[in-house]
Amino acid sequence: MAYDKFKILNSSAVPLNIDNVDTDQIIPARFLKATERIGFGDNLFRDWRYKSDGSTIESFPLNNKKYKGKILVAGKNFGCGSSREHAVWAIYDNGFRAVVSSFFADIFKNNCLNIGVLPVQVTDSFLSKIFSQIEKDPDSIFEVNLENQEFTISESGKKEKFKISVYKKSNMSNGFDDIDYLLNKKKEISKFANKPNY
Amino acid sequence: MTKTLFDKVWDSHVIEKINDGPDVLFIDKHFIHEVTSPVAFVGLKNRNLKVAYPERTFATADHNTPTINQHLPIKDRLSALQVKTLEKNCNEHDIEFWGLGHKKNGIVHVIGPENGITQPGLTIVCGDSHTSTHGAFGAIAFGIGTSEVEMVLACQSIMQQKPMKMRINIDGKLNDHVTPKDVAIFIISKLSSSGATGYFVEYSGDVFEEMSMEGRMTVCNLSIEMGARGGMIAPDKKTFEYIKGREYAPKDKEWDKAINYWSSLQTDKGAIFDKVYNFKGQEIEPMITYGTNPGMAIPISKSIPSSKESDSKLSYQKALDYMEFSEGDKMIGKKIDYVFLGSCTNGRIEDFRTFASIIKGKRKADNVDAWLVPGSHKVLKSIEDEGILETLTESGFKLREPGCSACLAMNDDKIPKGKYAVSTTNRNFEGRQGPGARTLLASPLVAAATAITGQITDPRDII
Repeated sequence: MAYDKFKILNSSAVPLNIDNVDTDQIIPARFLKATERIGFGDNLFRDWRYKSDGSTIESFPLNNKKYKGKILVAGKNFGCGSSREHAVWAIYDNGFRAVVSSFFADIFKNNCLNIGVLPVQVTDSFLSKIFSQIEKDPDSIFEVNLENQEFTISESGKKEKFKISVYKKSNMSNGFDDIDYLLNKKKEISKFANKPNY
Repeated sequence: MTKTLFDKVWDSHVIEKINDGPDVLFIDKHFIHEVTSPVAFVGLKNRNLKVAYPERTFATADHNTPTINQHLPIKDRLSALQVKTLEKNCNEHDIEFWGLGHKKNGIVHVIGPENGITQPGLTIVCGDSHTSTHGAFGAIAFGIGTSEVEMVLACQSIMQQKPMKMRINIDGKLNDHVTPKDVAIFIISKLSSSGATGYFVEYSGDVFEEMSMEGRMTVCNLSIEMGARGGMIAPDKKTFEYIKGREYAPKDKEWDKAINYWSSLQTDKGAIFDKVYNFKGQEIEPMITYGTNPGMAIPISKSIPSSKESDSKLSYQKALDYMEFSEGDKMIGKKIDYVFLGSCTNGRIEDFRTFASIIKGKRKADNVDAWLVPGSHKVLKSIEDEGILETLTESGFKLREPGCSACLAMNDDKIPKGKYAVSTTNRNFEGRQGPGARTLLASPLVAAATAITGQITDPRDII
């Protein structure tokens, strides 16, 4: 599915200062039963946002009205565990377009890039700076600049470069996806398909 | 140039190398299930595409299916719709579908190998992170997201950055009552739940050479739990013997050709890995987890450690609070409410044999609910044929029907809130086995010993 083009994002951020957030927390398995890509956003961090009786857990950052924005900032090893793309769909459906951490799980990172959520990997020390900035002023604005591959804390002007391959960068900034590319490779693919296995 | 096993298989599947981008990788075999495939088929429909190579995709219903009364319609409306949708999609696109009641139905990572679809040298993917299981045969196998499932359906290929290479070598002999599950949890406890992120692992050394194919599957299955995309073991005689004669295995002349090629799938002498770990078989004990990720694990006889400097104190304490455990607690003797035997990690016949070997002639503890779920119908049949069912029944255990079950609790098999489960599965994340459930990952031996006494028990103490 093609997605929105990503160029520059200026936004406040929602902090989730917990390490090793796995995809079962991002969206528990019992909410993976849809047959279309609809309605996953409601169940983002379901068991951290709501008690079992359905009432809201006010202390959880996503429920805290002082935090808002299109950037989710999380502790290291974000998105580990299951391959469920539903986790990224839920994040996307909540309006997030970039996720920042000092370390991402592989499959999660690929899933992000495939649907147009930009994973921004920064150093541990820069991540702490971002968390402190949000703590100091929840309305702080951050800039994610895909072209320059830079994440900036707007108030202080402190910035850090992040990595993304030239190919993926072009996809993200144009809203292309891999299928568009692969469909043009049918001939080469059929050569492989016709090769004997042994 | 010298190559690793991983290089040999990966490089032979690269259709195109994109400059400063991923490789276009040809995929030999693709497994799909009801949960991560429906949106991919919607994508195909929206683009007006057909499945390019339907004979290379195999479908099973396993993740959300009930483990009781499978002959009746699925009660949960959404689960029923997902399974029905999978069946419809398979019919429309000529994909082989092994649904509920089919004799080849079972957990996707159990049925691939047992039907001979999983073979050395192949690239295998599935929208499930435990696809790494198939690496036990010397295949490159890894989990993918739904967008990538759509790519494979449409183009039989995906785009992937080639991972770095890690070797984990364990020489020497394992102690008695140390199982492949303990080996895997031991490794994860050493590397942490993110220690192999960005890598593809090759397991080598005496311990893996000695290990059965099913044991190797358990180890490769858990590669993802330290962040690795996958793990693999070079194929050998054991691999060939396991595959021979299975339905999708090569036959006659093809078999000879296959053996010839498969035998070349070894890491060359002097080939370079980006990272190497060496351990000794003797240092591994029966293991158990105490926290909320698989890296939070210790030898069963030990006490819960203090947080390491590399951990965030907050996250460590959050995990212990969830479990209602404290630093310094002894694991042995903690009361347990549930025991779960099954999953793509430990739901094969050897796991049931192992479990039965401990409980034979003993009784299940009254305070324990035990859910025993075979990985497939073939496993179930072997359990019956080998007399294991009789042993289980005599000891007060009941057997359920195959599926993923309480491993991820998508069906009705949910561990209740606050209850403790010793589980032979792969993830002890918060709420993984049901909202508020507390999971302790361990081997089938530890699970059996615990089921008998009702508290965490070192299997060496009751044998």
